[in-house]
Amino acid sequence: MNTTKSTDARTNSHRRTLKRQQTNQIATVVITGVAGLVVLPIILVILYIFINGIGAISWEFLTAKPRNGMTEGGIMPALLGTLLLTFGTGIVCIPLAIGAAIYLAEYAGDNRLTRWVRLAIVNLAGIPSIVYGLFGLGMFVLFLNFGTSIVAGSLTLGIMTLPVVISTAEEAILAVPQEFRVVSQSLGATRWQTIRHQVLPHAIPGIITGVILGLSRAAGETAPILFTVAAFYLPDLPQSVFDQTMALPYHLYVIATQVPGMPLEIQYGTALVLLLLVLSLTLIATVIRTNMRRRRDW
Amino acid sequence: MATKMTQPKIQVQDFNFFYDEFHALIDLNLAIQQNEITALIGPSGCGKSTFLRAINRMNDTISGTRAEGVIKLDGEDIYAPDVDVVELRQRVGMVFQRPNPFPQSIYDNVAFGPRVLGMVHNGNLPQMVEESLTDAGLWDEVKDRLKDSALGLNPGQQQRLCIARTVAVKPEVILMDEPCSALDPVATLRVEELMRKLAETYTIVIVTHNMQQAARVSDRTGFFWLGKLVEFDETGTIFTSPREALTEAYITGRRG
Ligand SMILES: Nc1ncnc2c1ncn2[C@@H]1O[C@H](COP(=O)(O)OP(=O)(O)O)[C@@H](O)[C@H]1O
Ligand SMILES: [Mg+2]
Repeated sequence: MNTTKSTDARTNSHRRTLKRQQTNQIATVVITGVAGLVVLPIILVILYIFINGIGAISWEFLTAKPRNGMTEGGIMPALLGTLLLTFGTGIVCIPLAIGAAIYLAEYAGDNRLTRWVRLAIVNLAGIPSIVYGLFGLGMFVLFLNFGTSIVAGSLTLGIMTLPVVISTAEEAILAVPQEFRVVSQSLGATRWQTIRHQVLPHAIPGIITGVILGLSRAAGETAPILFTVAAFYLPDLPQSVFDQTMALPYHLYVIATQVPGMPLEIQYGTALVLLLLVLSLTLIATVIRTNMRRRRDW
Repeated sequence: MATKMTQPKIQVQDFNFFYDEFHALIDLNLAIQQNEITALIGPSGCGKSTFLRAINRMNDTISGTRAEGVIKLDGEDIYAPDVDVVELRQRVGMVFQRPNPFPQSIYDNVAFGPRVLGMVHNGNLPQMVEESLTDAGLWDEVKDRLKDSALGLNPGQQQRLCIARTVAVKPEVILMDEPCSALDPVATLRVEELMRKLAETYTIVIVTHNMQQAARVSDRTGFFWLGKLVEFDETGTIFTSPREALTEAYITGRRG
C-alpha cells in the first residue's frame, strides 16, 4: 500500500513536471515571437532605406554642396551642420548633466527640494521635442536675442538632452560600490577627492554611454532645431556660432516634402546618412557598455 | 604603573552614540594607551564597530547619527567644532573586515593616500610605497608585480595590502574591525604577527570575534555588551580573572 502511494505520487509529480515544461516551451515561443514582431519592422525600415539609398552615396554626395534647387549635388552643409550642432549640444549638455548627476548622487540628501528636482528631471524627459523647440525660440532666439543661430540650436538641443544624460550618469555613479567611498574617506581623502579619484573613474564608461545616447538623439531631432537654427537652404558654411546652418534631419524633411521634383534616390541617400550617423553613435555606446560590464571587477 | 602616569593616546569620557533614536553606545569611559594593542570583544551588534567608527568619525558619513561626550586624541577632543575630520582620519587609519583594495594596481592602492594628502615631494612616492609594503610584510611577495591589479592577490595578501595602504598615510592610530574574519588560519597568524610589529610604531585598536586572537595579541581588552563597556582591563586579567560574571560567561561560552 505504501508502495502504490509513492508510485502514484511519482507519476503525479512526473505529470506536473511535463506540464510545466510544456508551458515553459509555449511561453518561450510566444515571447520570442513578440520580440520578433517588435524587431522586424525596425530591421525592415533600415534595410529598405539602405537598399534605396546606398546608390546615392558617394564621396561627392558627402562633400559637395546641393545644386540646382537641391535636386543635384550633395549634402555637405547639412551633414556638417548636424556635426556642429551635435558638438554644440555636447558642450552645453555634458558639463551641466555630469555636474547635476554628481550633485544628485553624491551630495543631495533626500529632502523636498531634491525630490522636486528628480521629479522635474523625469518629467522633462517626457516632454515632446517640439515643446523644447518652442521654448528655444522664446528663450534663446527671442528673449536672449541670439537669433536663429547655432548657439540657440545647441542650447535647445542641449537642454532637451539633459534629463536622459543626467539619469544615466547618476545611475552610473550610484553603481560604484559604497565601500570605495568609505575606504577613501577613511584614508583622509576629502569628499571631492573621493569622487574625483575613486568614484568617477569607475562611473565614466556609464556616463559616456549616456552622453552618446543623448547626443545621438539630438543629432536626429527635427523639431527642436526647426525654429532655433535650421536653414532651409544655405549652401555656404556658417561663419560664426551666431549664423544659421543647414542640418540633416531638417534637410531631409525639406527635400521630402517641400521640393517638387526631388529625385527619390537623394532623399533615401540623405535618410541613410542620418540613420548611419545615429546608428553608429548608438553602436559606440553599446560597445562601451558591454566592455564596461565585462571589465567590472568588484 | 608607568603607563598610568603618561597621557593616554585616546581618552573616552562619557561617550554616547545614537542612530536616530537608537542608543547604540552608552556612557563609555576608557583609555587607550600609546603603542598598545587594545582588543574589543563582545557579541554581534553590541556596538564595537560603531565605537571604532566614532574614533575616526567615519560615523559622520552616516546620516541621522549623533555623538555626545568626549573622545580625546592626545588630549584634544576630536568632536570639538574646529576639528578638521579629514586630518583626523589621516591620523586615525582604519582596516576593514573584508579585504577591500581598490580595483587598481598594488602600487596605486598604496600610493592613493599619499597622493591625495599631498605627501608626495621630489619623487619620494616609490620609496613611500616600498616602506609601507615592507611595514605590512608584503614587499617581498609583490615587489615584482607592483603594476598588477590588487584584486589578483589572495585574501591574506589583500588584507596586508589594505594595512599598507593605511600605513602609507603615516597615521598614529590604526583601527581594525575584525581584520582576520575573512582570512584562513595561516593568513590570520601572519596578520597577528604584523600587528605586534606595528604596535611598536602605532597605537592599535582591534575588534575581534576570536577570543584566542584577543588573548594572543592584545595588551588590554574591553568587553562590550548591548552598547555598554562591561569590563575593561589588562588582557591577562580579563581572560583569567574577570571581575564581572557577564564577562566570564561570554569568554568561557566562547571558548567551550
Ligand atoms: N548604519 C546604521 N544605522 C542604524 N543602526 C545601526 C547602523 N550600524 C549599526 N547599527 C546598529 O547599532 C548596533 C551596533 O552595531 P555595530 O556597531 O555594527 O555592532 P558590532 O560591530 O558590535 O557587531 C546594532 O544594533 C546595529 O543594528
Ligand atoms: Mg562589527
